[in-house]
Amino acid sequence: MQMPAPDARILGRKPAIVARLREVLPADAVIDDPVELRAYECDALSAYRCSPLAAILPRSTAEVAAALKICAAEGVKVVPRGSGTSLAGGAMPSQDSVVLGVARMNRVLEVDHADRIMKVEAGRTNLSVTGAIEQDGFFYAPDPSSQLACAIAGNIAMNSGGAHCLKYGVTTNNLLGVTLVTMAGEVLQIGGAHLDAPGLDLLGVICGSEGQLGVVTEATLRILARPEGARPVLIGFESSEVAGACVADIIRAGVLPVAIEFMDRPCIRATEAFAHPGYPDCEALLIIEVEGAPAEIDEQLALIRTIAGRHSPVEIRESRSEEESRRIWLGRKSAFGAMGQINDYMCLDGTIPVSALPQVLRRIGELSAQYGLEVANVFHAGDGNMHPLILYNANAPGQLDLCERLGAEILTLCVEVGGCLTGEHGVGIEKRDLMGVQFGAADLDAQMRVKDVFDPAWLLNPAKVFPLAASAARRGA
Amino acid sequence: MRPTTEDELAGIIRAATGPLRITGGGTRGLLGEGEPLETGGLTGIVLYEPAALTLVVRAGTPLAEVEAALAAEGQRLPFEPGDMGALLGRNGASTIGGVVATNASGPRRVQAGACRDALIGVRFVDGRGTLIRNGGRVMKNVTGYDLVKLLAGSRGSLGVLTEVAFKLQPIPPASATLILPGLSPARAVAAMSAALGSPYDVTGAAHLPGIGTLIRLEGLAASVGYRVGRLLVALAPYGQAVVERDADAAAALWRQVRDAAPFHGRAGDVWRISVRPSDGPEVAARLGGEVVMDWGGGLIWALYPAGMDARAPLAGIAGHATRVRGGSRDVPALPPEPAAVAALTAGLRAQFDPRAIFASGR
Ligand SMILES: Cc1cc2nc3c(=O)[nH]c(=O)nc-3n(C[C@H](O)[C@H](O)[C@H](O)COP(=O)(O)OP(=O)(O)OC[C@H]3O[C@@H](n4cnc5c(N)ncnc54)[C@H](O)[C@@H]3O)c2cc1C
Repeated sequence: MQMPAPDARILGRKPAIVARLREVLPADAVIDDPVELRAYECDALSAYRCSPLAAILPRSTAEVAAALKICAAEGVKVVPRGSGTSLAGGAMPSQDSVVLGVARMNRVLEVDHADRIMKVEAGRTNLSVTGAIEQDGFFYAPDPSSQLACAIAGNIAMNSGGAHCLKYGVTTNNLLGVTLVTMAGEVLQIGGAHLDAPGLDLLGVICGSEGQLGVVTEATLRILARPEGARPVLIGFESSEVAGACVADIIRAGVLPVAIEFMDRPCIRATEAFAHPGYPDCEALLIIEVEGAPAEIDEQLALIRTIAGRHSPVEIRESRSEEESRRIWLGRKSAFGAMGQINDYMCLDGTIPVSALPQVLRRIGELSAQYGLEVANVFHAGDGNMHPLILYNANAPGQLDLCERLGAEILTLCVEVGGCLTGEHGVGIEKRDLMGVQFGAADLDAQMRVKDVFDPAWLLNPAKVFPLAASAARRGA
Repeated sequence: MRPTTEDELAGIIRAATGPLRITGGGTRGLLGEGEPLETGGLTGIVLYEPAALTLVVRAGTPLAEVEAALAAEGQRLPFEPGDMGALLGRNGASTIGGVVATNASGPRRVQAGACRDALIGVRFVDGRGTLIRNGGRVMKNVTGYDLVKLLAGSRGSLGVLTEVAFKLQPIPPASATLILPGLSPARAVAAMSAALGSPYDVTGAAHLPGIGTLIRLEGLAASVGYRVGRLLVALAPYGQAVVERDADAAAALWRQVRDAAPFHGRAGDVWRISVRPSDGPEVAARLGGEVVMDWGGGLIWALYPAGMDARAPLAGIAGHATRVRGGSRDVPALPPEPAAVAALTAGLRAQFDPRAIFASGR
């Protein structure tokens, strides 16, 4: 993975730049000590690391604006950071950049149950957003598995999804407004507690722009009343084709589960060995969760059982208690951990049309054999968002490279069948060089023209998302 | 001009020397100057996979045709787009591209999201005559910037949509509408907030003058029955609700809300105002006249004297007001934006339409 050569002029001006930042920020908000900077050298894509010039941790929108004005004047690149859980290298800095972390901006600014909104500072973690309202029976719907750590800022930048997005949508569907500070240090209010934009939907394009259009400091979020209850059913199948057909039938029947999760045999076996959830040993397994009052749940699960019954399942296990629900989810929730026990792994994130599932799984099996690397599949089956986990040994020379090449082949396959490179993790540096597989030159240029408007000097997180060759002229490289 | 392919369309745009006026069915009030450029030659369903809840359709396809094709499979567009023809006194057939260009979203917007939320892919030809693709046909996609959202509601100012893709919804087997008669706007919004803030998954909350305050529930039959019972109890402080269980009768009521039917054929301008729901009653009070409230009070349709500026009395209330019917040289139809936002908007338009040939939609 290639990164642009650092700007020697900026590296040389480090003391002056740090001094200027200290003029507008409290002393403890500017970090330039090399040891302390290590905390900012990577995100959850930890195979790639680079220490930044400095890191700043402002406490207010005004401080963010003041710091960005200095960076803009100095021509210093800025890499926004929430909690650093990106799996795509979105928050990885370059040597000549300043990391701007919003973690200290974590207050709840407003909760309004009648209008079903809340306003928070963007550094607040996803789980603590719901934590602030759950005593009143409300929740914030997007729930990435990293929700204990990840920040709303990163969720907005990546347009993150979660286990329940089949019913509730992803971040962009639950975001009503942001306070955005542009690279020029201008503070903009986009959207608010009302619905929909009067003019162009700038909020829609800011969400998912991977920290390249501005720094989000505050967010207005849609909150929802917690359903009365939820219960899963586990269904095992002899083949993944049949499991896929069952998913299609459920969706066609008009039931809308909150989650439909899929696991294949390698994944089932690994989680069974790791967490002992008591899963059947079969080719494919679905976990389907529905919500509502007990009678509503019974009604939906009865319909799902009837449909599944037509697909000769090897097992149908409906949860009847909290404990049974916990056991059904146990394996799925520990899937990544189980894989981590066996090996290093790389988690892919492509989306495919659900109808292509059997074909794609078959082809992944062939590629896995060809590369000699095992692949386990966990999958949000309702929306086609796949998470193939490629197992490899990071200490064996050449294995990371081999794994990345297999990953690229699988993602290319996702695009070929009508899907996309990334369903929720983002492009970052990880999928940057594959963008040409999904987009033509004009498509990429159209996106880069949006960045030209928000950040004409291309200082915000510039070496991400777009293939370096495609963005070179704009980055002044 | 009526291109039948994207190439032909791109050629027309590249060759254009003056402004073009993009028209689908001509039912949504996107008028203005320029030579008409009709999308009616770009029609047809490209791909419909009911089992994947996805539809890809050419932008000039009539909305009615799209809805009929979906209904045949027991599915629908989640966002319940309205038909503005009667309100505006036009008799064309609304196209799906026009729906997207205006981000047209009806009562179900409170629960299922707006048009922009269901839209998962676009193809469009921008003002430079370049074909641009964004998004795709899958529900979860964060690959690159989301220009899909930018195009939804762009009123033809960035380019001509040629193809749009949606995620769909199965039509639930049962529905019921609770009707609370005789509430003031303030009490109506309080009742709607109570319903929308309950766990009962309300898919519509509106206030229709002369009829009452409407709360819609949809889903499996037993579930709808259960939730109706719970809501009757929860809403008891607002009076005794009547339950409309007849699907056709209820649908007719929701169509009246969706299309602002009380204002059809009446004199005066019509404004569409988006605010936080609890400001809805204040908006109604300040405007004085007749209003239809949707989205739990967050969307107000108001009949206002012709040529008058409905924004002036609303000063200080956050949100935005658009005049959808009527005209005035002094009062712009679209809300003015703060300078910094307007600069970004102007910058984007200059990027996608540098010769300002689509300026009439602004
Ligand atoms: C174990 C694990 C499980 C995960 N599960 C999921 C999952 O289920 N679903 C999912 O979608 N993702 C998942 N992720 C990925 C990751 O958690 C999300 O992408 C998350 O939203 C990142 O948030 P963050 O605060 O950590 O952002 P960071 O990693 O700090 O940054 C991510 C991106 O956001 C930008 N950014 C950060 N702050 C700002 C700001 N204030 N303004 C503008 N841009 C900013 C950064 O520049 C970067 O490009 C998972 C990650 C891990 C490690």
